Amino acid sequence: MTDLYQTQRTMRNMRKAAMQRGLVAILDVGTSKIACLILRFDGPEVFRESDGIRSLAGQSSFRVIGAATTRSRGVRYGEISAMQETERAIRTAVQAAQKMANVRVDHVIACFAGGNPRSYGLAGEIDLQDGIVQDQDVGRVLSACEMPDYGDEREVLHAQPVNFALDHRSGLDDPRGQVGGRLACDMHMLTVDTTAIQHLLYCIKRCDLELAGIASSAYVAGIASLVEDEQELGAACIDMGGGATGLSIFIKKHMIYADSVRMGGDHVTSDISKGLQVPLATAERIKTFYGGVVATGMDDREIIEVGGETGDWERDRRTVTRSELIGIMRPRVEEILEEVRARLDAAGFEHLPSQQIVLTGGASLIPGLDGLAPKILGQRVRIGRPMRVQGLPQAATGAAFAGAVGLTLFAAHPQDEWWDFEVPSDRYPARSLKRAIRWFRDNW
Amino acid sequence: MRPLSAPRRDPAPSRLAYRAQRIWLTPLFRSLIRTGLPTFLIVFLAASYLSNPATKDSIHDVIENVRQSVAERPEFKVERMAIDGASEELSQDIAEVTNIDFPMSSFDLDLPGLRERVATLDAVAEVRVRIRSGGILQVDVVERKPKLVWRSREMLETIDAEGRRVGALASRIDRPDLPLVAGDGADVAAAEALRVYAAAGPLAPRIRGLLRVGERRWDVILDEDQRILLPEAAPVRALEQVIAIDQAQDIFARAIVAIDMRLPHRPTLRLTEPALEELRHLRALSVGAEAR
Repeated sequence: MTDLYQTQRTMRNMRKAAMQRGLVAILDVGTSKIACLILRFDGPEVFRESDGIRSLAGQSSFRVIGAATTRSRGVRYGEISAMQETERAIRTAVQAAQKMANVRVDHVIACFAGGNPRSYGLAGEIDLQDGIVQDQDVGRVLSACEMPDYGDEREVLHAQPVNFALDHRSGLDDPRGQVGGRLACDMHMLTVDTTAIQHLLYCIKRCDLELAGIASSAYVAGIASLVEDEQELGAACIDMGGGATGLSIFIKKHMIYADSVRMGGDHVTSDISKGLQVPLATAERIKTFYGGVVATGMDDREIIEVGGETGDWERDRRTVTRSELIGIMRPRVEEILEEVRARLDAAGFEHLPSQQIVLTGGASLIPGLDGLAPKILGQRVRIGRPMRVQGLPQAATGAAFAGAVGLTLFAAHPQDEWWDFEVPSDRYPARSLKRAIRWFRDNW
Repeated sequence: MRPLSAPRRDPAPSRLAYRAQRIWLTPLFRSLIRTGLPTFLIVFLAASYLSNPATKDSIHDVIENVRQSVAERPEFKVERMAIDGASEELSQDIAEVTNIDFPMSSFDLDLPGLRERVATLDAVAEVRVRIRSGGILQVDVVERKPKLVWRSREMLETIDAEGRRVGALASRIDRPDLPLVAGDGADVAAAEALRVYAAAGPLAPRIRGLLRVGERRWDVILDEDQRILLPEAAPVRALEQVIAIDQAQDIFARAIVAIDMRLPHRPTLRLTEPALEELRHLRALSVGAEAR
């Protein structure tokens, strides 16, 4: 536990160093593509406290100066499965982005979709010593949360305090300075497989970069795609990626649940490949050009040249109608959405006051999805695109870049996590000088 | 079955290429290569070329030749020296001191040094040296004006109003127009001596000279061995007082040797020896008459 705390602390320090240098790279390691953005921060003087809500919600503080995308290799289900291949792909993306930005970046903030994310809701409470909530009391109440046994092979990715309650008053954002006797908090914790993080860490280290932060792509896609009201009132963001579909539920501007379905656009492609007996590349091309999920009478007459690439050009001139293609794609998309529905039901999504669902990610671009999704997910579904950030190239503004864009917002304004608060002195290892200093500071 | 088309080229950079690009994007390294390296190369090459003594000499020769050819042009030739504001004697002295072989190039003339050397001459108060068009070295001199003749222990000199030496004199008769001062330190108090002379008025024809006594005060020596002892402070006032007494009582026509004005409020007379005898005699007579 302390170990994790230290790693996350180190990453936060790294992020601070990157902010001071004003340059940080964003790396979205996805199953179908790897995107790298380079952000330049203009410095803290851009923020003015007097502005209240800052211009462009604080996004004017940074600017995207380099962007590059490359076909992902060696990633399956959002997890790295072939390390060398992934490393090469990351290198490609980083090099191209550096070339565009004409600067060298050393710090990178990464996100990935896989690793079987699992959510835990934790609660903890403490008695306040002097009746006023101090800084260290927040740290204490967070440490007082009861840790579930999430297994040895898991690592905590996010641990965000979601809600504070002071005596009988709940729903506090920031309890510091308030008077009360008993402080309680709710924390949302997200764990992923240790190996997934370790593999990513290894690849990034092999590229001479340093990891300044790590996030779940379901979470960052939610930040990018949900508008402020949706985040406040309760909404789910479904990030339909290549190999995994992430879903995150937000309420009161906090993520309270995240999960992922290990199916995505690549499965649709492989279905087409198998069904039409064509190579994967051709299947991908057919999917993006002619794909859809709702068949009409017009589609029976639309003939698609499949072109088997078997070498027998005279004989192998197969064609399919578009409705056949839709017939292959639709069951898989339905399966994904049904799986998502099941996860949402398991999370108790129907109890939220507002049940907005936002579909984003590359696979959400399938034509006709806005007709299919409401049948499975409920009436309040929309297809979302990530919000605009300054300097982002037009090519990188699509739904497929929700993760990358969300990560830029995450880099600029990270949410408070458990490790941002001071650990109470009894959590330090015994005989530590720091512990002695803490004890003095707490008691005088 | 193997695909007919060649496998797609891997776009990934090699580790080396990736590192090279990152190093190249490092600002320090970049500036080092783009400015540091060329600078170093240029400096190094120049230094290695110049460090060879033969090239150094040849460069020196070339520079010297060019300089020579420019300096020898007729435009820069100085033909003669013109001296303004100096007497015949001083002009000779200046020519002797400067000691230039004409014609010579103006590049080789050391004007400040020349000026300094001319200024060392005693008779020169002020000097300006410049090269005039037409190849003339113009020396403008302001000569010191001799105001007094100073007879010191060793020699006879003329000095100006500030006591600076102007020249030597063979005898007093050479400059009868100048007043005479004598004694040690008389040159230092030359200004005061001139004021005393200016105040002399009716006594002036009778004054033979001023004598500096003890380097602090003046004695005015008159003919017929009479003298006026002036005080240290305000000698002019004291002299004026003596002149006033003389005009009122015609005192210098009487048998006195000196008027002592060292205490200005109490002028004291020193009589000649016969007059003193006479005075004593008269006093004895008057005392005797009274006694009777």
